[in-house]
Amino acid sequence: MANTANLEAHATGHDHASHDHHTPTGWRRWVYSTNHKDIGIMYLVFSIVAGVIGGLLSGAMRLELQEPGIQIFHGLAAMAYGLEGDSAIDAGKHMFNVFVSAHALIMVFFTVMPATMGGFANYFAPLMVGAPDTAFPRINNVAFWLLPPALLLTVLSMFFEGPAGALGFGGGWTAYPPLSTTGHPGPATDFVIFSLHVAGVSSILGAINLITTILNMRAPGMTLHKMPLFAWSVLVTAFLLLLALPVLAGAITMMLTDRNFGTTFFSPEGGGDPVLYQHLFWFFGHPEVYIMILPGFGIVSHIVATFSRKPVFGYMAMAYAMVAIGFVGFVVWAHHMYTTGLSLDVQRYFVAATMVIAVPTGVKIFSWIATMWGGSITFRIPMLWAIGFIFLFTVGGVTGVVLANAGADRALHDTYYVVAHFHYVLSLGAVFSIFAGWYYWYPKMFGYMYSEFLGKLHFWVMFVGVNLIFFPQHFLGLAGMPRRYIDYPDAFALWNRVSSIGYYVTFVAMLIFFYATWEASRKKRPAGDNPWGEGATTLEWTLSSPPPFHQFSTLPKIDSKDAH
Amino acid sequence: MADATAPFQPADPGHRNKRVGVILAGVAAGMVGLAFASVPLYQLFCQVTGYGGTTQVASDNPKGVIAREMKVRFDVNIDPALDWTVVPAAPITDRIGNVDTVNYIATNHSDKPVTGQAIFNVVPDKAGVYFNKIECFCFTEQTLQPGETVEMPIVFFVDPDLDENRELDTIKEITLSYTFYASDNEGS
Repeated sequence: MANTANLEAHATGHDHASHDHHTPTGWRRWVYSTNHKDIGIMYLVFSIVAGVIGGLLSGAMRLELQEPGIQIFHGLAAMAYGLEGDSAIDAGKHMFNVFVSAHALIMVFFTVMPATMGGFANYFAPLMVGAPDTAFPRINNVAFWLLPPALLLTVLSMFFEGPAGALGFGGGWTAYPPLSTTGHPGPATDFVIFSLHVAGVSSILGAINLITTILNMRAPGMTLHKMPLFAWSVLVTAFLLLLALPVLAGAITMMLTDRNFGTTFFSPEGGGDPVLYQHLFWFFGHPEVYIMILPGFGIVSHIVATFSRKPVFGYMAMAYAMVAIGFVGFVVWAHHMYTTGLSLDVQRYFVAATMVIAVPTGVKIFSWIATMWGGSITFRIPMLWAIGFIFLFTVGGVTGVVLANAGADRALHDTYYVVAHFHYVLSLGAVFSIFAGWYYWYPKMFGYMYSEFLGKLHFWVMFVGVNLIFFPQHFLGLAGMPRRYIDYPDAFALWNRVSSIGYYVTFVAMLIFFYATWEASRKKRPAGDNPWGEGATTLEWTLSSPPPFHQFSTLPKIDSKDAH
Repeated sequence: MADATAPFQPADPGHRNKRVGVILAGVAAGMVGLAFASVPLYQLFCQVTGYGGTTQVASDNPKGVIAREMKVRFDVNIDPALDWTVVPAAPITDRIGNVDTVNYIATNHSDKPVTGQAIFNVVPDKAGVYFNKIECFCFTEQTLQPGETVEMPIVFFVDPDLDENRELDTIKEITLSYTFYASDNEGS
């Protein structure tokens, strides 16, 4: 309420001396928050909490896969269900699939999306376009507070019956029927469906809020073609959310009624078709992967420009490359479905359309490199993460072009090659862009500078760790190791061991991250308004660090000659 | 604040935002609608194109017979909830275009009348559009009395146009597969 009142005060012409006395304190400041910066911080904290849960789940998987045979999950099952012997082993096998599914759902919906489109987009998109807050601050609050219950539902699903006699949903994040319908009669699947419904509503509300903010509330002179690239990336991503998530909501609603109310959208005995679900899911699922990576594109563009002390190369090409990726992202979904019996012509189309995406993506990679070219580069910590992002994302992109081929996909479908591919673009690409944004904007958000040494240590340990995890998985996939299995033949032992060691290294990197954050908050080195110097040209650096509770009570004016 | 630094804001920005917000919410609702609209559209698409091995229905074969031969194999799967045995017909080889009749033999092993419904498709998927059924037990539900055994006929032909599809040049046999499910109305 305080905030809307202020916005009205702006519009009706009161002076702005009366602003600050509304500032709420204590728990009210957070729970009732309508402030885009506070909500952004809450999203980031939420993302970190979810990331820890998702990361620990993958740790159990890597522990299990470190050696052939079944090491830990029958023990976990014995602890959780009180089973013994063979039934503990069977329950353990299902539990592994539950961990895989929960890891994926948590990382996608509760870690990456809240960090980029929740945290950074809420905090910095309004600052960058010169807006006092988002368009619908109350909706912003609702969108955030929908997420914790959604996460809770996913976590709870692990403790309810899925298949007869076993706990949790083990159908993967894709949740294909019939495994997720007749294969999981228990309520665990319904928990997952509700969780996705709630998370989806949250994201759609967030998207509406961000689109309206960016379209309507830019500062005077800030035309769309002068808008910073991060705001562009948020705009495109928000449109993807708005168009893709309702389709997922529709598909899982059909699944819900198939499961509980006797409809047969996806069950053949009533004239339905399970493959229809796959079409609907991937019509959402493919844009979803761009939803996770596009904000990273925006973040990295700013960091590369800042630490090269040059405006970003090819601004218009960069902005419209993101628009193009968004558009084409909607018409390539069946490249996830080459093995479902598509006709050759359909496969030819999806191969070609998928490869077309490499063109705008290539434009972006080229422009980042061209921005660095001839720039006066300083390898500060955000720049290390940004360059790490460019490198890792390119590796993931190259394997993506390989997988785009329907012929090659026959052999690689559902192998660890695919796992390696999408972790290179997401777990390494998107997550590196998030850390890049974290270290870039940390001094702005909290007003303090972190330790340069600890930040560098975090980067290098993490860079080695994640590559150790995922690069060997290319070899495993090419050798034919299928994904989503608890066990494997001895022939795959070596690279699985290396991959698990990589997990431990990454785990240490995360400890360094938490220590670095703690250390920064303890040492309280003042960061100053703009710690990055003349290269940091966007509006957030004109404000104090951290920015005032309400900013731009006098709207900034953007000169026609101002760079983006 | 009503000074020259903020001339771009119209008198009521809240109203402008509301309009955009409502439009965007409408887009989201429209996409949910589209997801549901895809169900009948997809079914139509499968029937028209034979996508996923959806077979065709015809009354007779107007296109004649060609020299190329095709072996048709028959397969059956039964839902565990249905206490029937179904014996599929033996494979037959005939010239493409000839109308053939085969019989499946179904027995109800339970002690009450049971209604079953069969669903079907063919592999290779791409042959679905050329596989025409004139008569088939799968068009209707079948009710079997306790212990009853019935012959269930299929009258079909393979469309000679199949010969013109280069993707099917190497195909020498088509498999027609049925899956029997227990129908909901318990034999009534």
